[in-house]
Amino acid sequence: MLELRNVSKTFNAGTVNEKLALDHIDLTLNDGDFVTVIGGNGAGKSTMLNAIAGVWKPDTGSIVIDGVDVTNMPEYKRAAFLGRVFQDPMLGTAADMEIGENLALAARRGRKRTLHWNHSQAEYDVYREQLTDLGLGLEDRMSSKVGLLSGGQRQAVTLLMATLRHPQLLLLDEHTAALDPATAEKVMNLTDSIVTGTHLTALMVTHNMQNAITYGNRLIMMSAGKIILDIAGEEKKRLTIEDLLRKFRELGGAQMPTDRMILG
Amino acid sequence: MDFILSLLGTLPGAVAQGLVWGIMAIGVYITYKILDIADLTVDGSMVTGAAVCAMLTINGVNIWLAMLIATLVGMIAGLLTGVFHTALGIPAILSGILTQLILWSVNLKIMGKANQALPARDYPVIVTQLEKGKSILMLVLITAAVIGVLYWFFGTEIGASLRATGNNPGMSRAQGINTEWNKILGLMISNGIVALSGALLTQYLGLADINMGRGAIVIGLASVIIGGALFGKFCRNFAYRLACVALGGIVYYIVYQLVVFIGLDTDLLKMLSAIVVAVFLGVPHLKAKLMSGKKKKEAENHA
Ligand SMILES: Nc1ncnc2c1ncn2[C@@H]1O[C@H](COP(=O)(O)OP(=O)(O)OP(=O)(O)O)[C@@H](O)[C@H]1O
Ligand SMILES: [Mg+2]
Repeated sequence: MLELRNVSKTFNAGTVNEKLALDHIDLTLNDGDFVTVIGGNGAGKSTMLNAIAGVWKPDTGSIVIDGVDVTNMPEYKRAAFLGRVFQDPMLGTAADMEIGENLALAARRGRKRTLHWNHSQAEYDVYREQLTDLGLGLEDRMSSKVGLLSGGQRQAVTLLMATLRHPQLLLLDEHTAALDPATAEKVMNLTDSIVTGTHLTALMVTHNMQNAITYGNRLIMMSAGKIILDIAGEEKKRLTIEDLLRKFRELGGAQMPTDRMILG
Repeated sequence: MDFILSLLGTLPGAVAQGLVWGIMAIGVYITYKILDIADLTVDGSMVTGAAVCAMLTINGVNIWLAMLIATLVGMIAGLLTGVFHTALGIPAILSGILTQLILWSVNLKIMGKANQALPARDYPVIVTQLEKGKSILMLVLITAAVIGVLYWFFGTEIGASLRATGNNPGMSRAQGINTEWNKILGLMISNGIVALSGALLTQYLGLADINMGRGAIVIGLASVIIGGALFGKFCRNFAYRLACVALGGIVYYIVYQLVVFIGLDTDLLKMLSAIVVAVFLGVPHLKAKLMSGKKKKEAENHA
C-alpha cells in the first residue's frame, strides 16, 4: 500500500544548521496496516509523514502509494490518496467556512472541482448522520463556522474530513497531543473505530506510549532519522511500556523519551 | 440653506462615482479578504481598463464589447501578478508593484499619450456625469450583476476551493486543491472587476488618464473597511457582504464630496484616506495587544 525506498531529507544543506532529518528510510506498509510511530523529539516522525504527503520532495529515494510512484507528484495531487490530520487543530480546517462547507470540500478530495454548486442537500443529510456518529452534537451546527469549535471538536471534524472519502493511507501526526486528556481519549477512540471499522491503512505518530501499544497492529520507533524498531503482530500485543523504555535505552542512545512522552 | 441645497446637489455625482469605486472595491475585497493577498496591481489595472475601453470606443467598437475586452485585459494583468507570485515565488506585494509598473508603460502605449478624452456627446457611453440619474440606475444594475455572478461563483466547487485557499492554504492542499492556480485565478477575477470599474469611470468622467488609478488600492481598502464597519452587522450572507463593500464605496465618495465642499485642500485627500485605512487596520491590532497585556497583568496580580 505504501512503499518508502531509501528516502532521505536534509534540511538547510550546506549551512551550519544542516540537519539530516531522514536517513535512508525503507518502509513498506501492507493493506490494512495500522502503524503507530514513536520516537523522541526531532527523531524525524513528522518529516517522514511530510515526505509521504509531498510537502516537499525528498533528496533521495522514491515513494510509492498503492502502486503509483508519487515521488514527483505535487502535494495537492497526492492528496487524492491521502487523508491527513495534524497536531495543531487549527491546521486541518478552514476556520471561516461552515462545518458543512469544510466537509463538502473534503468530499471532493481527488476529484475535479467544477462549476457545480459546492454541495447538495442530499450530501448534507449524509454529513449530518456522520456528525451524529461523532457524538459531539455537531450535527445541529452544520452552518456554524468551524472557527467557533473547540480544539477537540475541530480535530474530530478534521478526522471525519480525512476519511470522508476512503483514503489509501491515513496520516495522523500527534493529532491528539493538543487536546485535554478526556478529549484526547475521545478522539483516539473515534480514530480507532474509524480506522479498524473501515479497514484503513494508517500511520499514527504519538507521544503516548500506551496508545502506541494499545492501538494498531504494528509499531515503529524512530531515532535520528532512522527506523530503529519495527514490531508487529503477536510480538506487538505482548509489548509493555517497560519493554519500549528498555529498547529506547538500548537502541536510541541519546534519544531518550522526553518529558513530552506520556508513559501511560 | 443655500449651502445645504448645493451640497445636496453634489450628492448624485458622489453616489455615481461611489458606485464605480464600489465595483472596484469588490475587486479588492476578493484579493484582500478572500485570498488574503494585498494586491497593488489594481492601481494599474484600473487605468488599463479605462484606457482599453476609451480607445476601443473611440475606434468604433460597441461599448459593451469594449467593456468586456477591458475586463479581459484586466484579467491578464492579474494573471501576470499571479505568475510572478506563484511560479516565480515573488512576494505578493512586490509582484503587484512589478505588474503595476509594467502597466504604466502599457497604459501609455494603449492611449499613445498620458490621457484620452471620451466625450459623452460623441460616443455611445452608458454612464456619464451629464446624466447622473440614468448613470446611477445603470451602475446599480451593473453592481447587482457583478455581485450576482460572484455570489454564484463563490458558491461553486471551484469558488469554495478558492475561499479555502485564502483561509487555510495547507489544509486546502491536503484536500487536493491546487492553491497556486487558485491564487492566480483569484487575482485574475479581481483585476478583471477592477478593470471593469476603470472602464466605467472613464465613461463617467469622459476621460481616461494615466494617473486616474493612483492610490486606487487605498480607496478600495477604505471602502471595504467602511462597508464592514458601518453595515457589517447586517451582512452575514456573502452577497450582502459584497453589497456592503459597494455601499462602503458610496459612503467614501460622499465623505469625499463633503470634504471637497467644505473647501479642504484636495491635495490632502490621499493622505487622509491613507490615514483612515491605517487607523482602521491598526486599531484591531492595538486592541488585541492591549487586551493580552491586560490579561498578563491580571494573571500576575492573581499569582
Ligand atoms: N522545515 C524544516 N526546516 C528545517 N529543519 C526542519 C524542518 N522540519 C524538521 N526539521 C528538523 O528535522 C528534524 C526532525 O524533525 P521532525 O519534525 O520530523 O521531528 P519529530 O520526530 O516529528 O519530532 P517531534 O516529536 O518534536 O514532533 C528536527 O531536527 C527538526 O528541527
Ligand atoms: Mg513532529
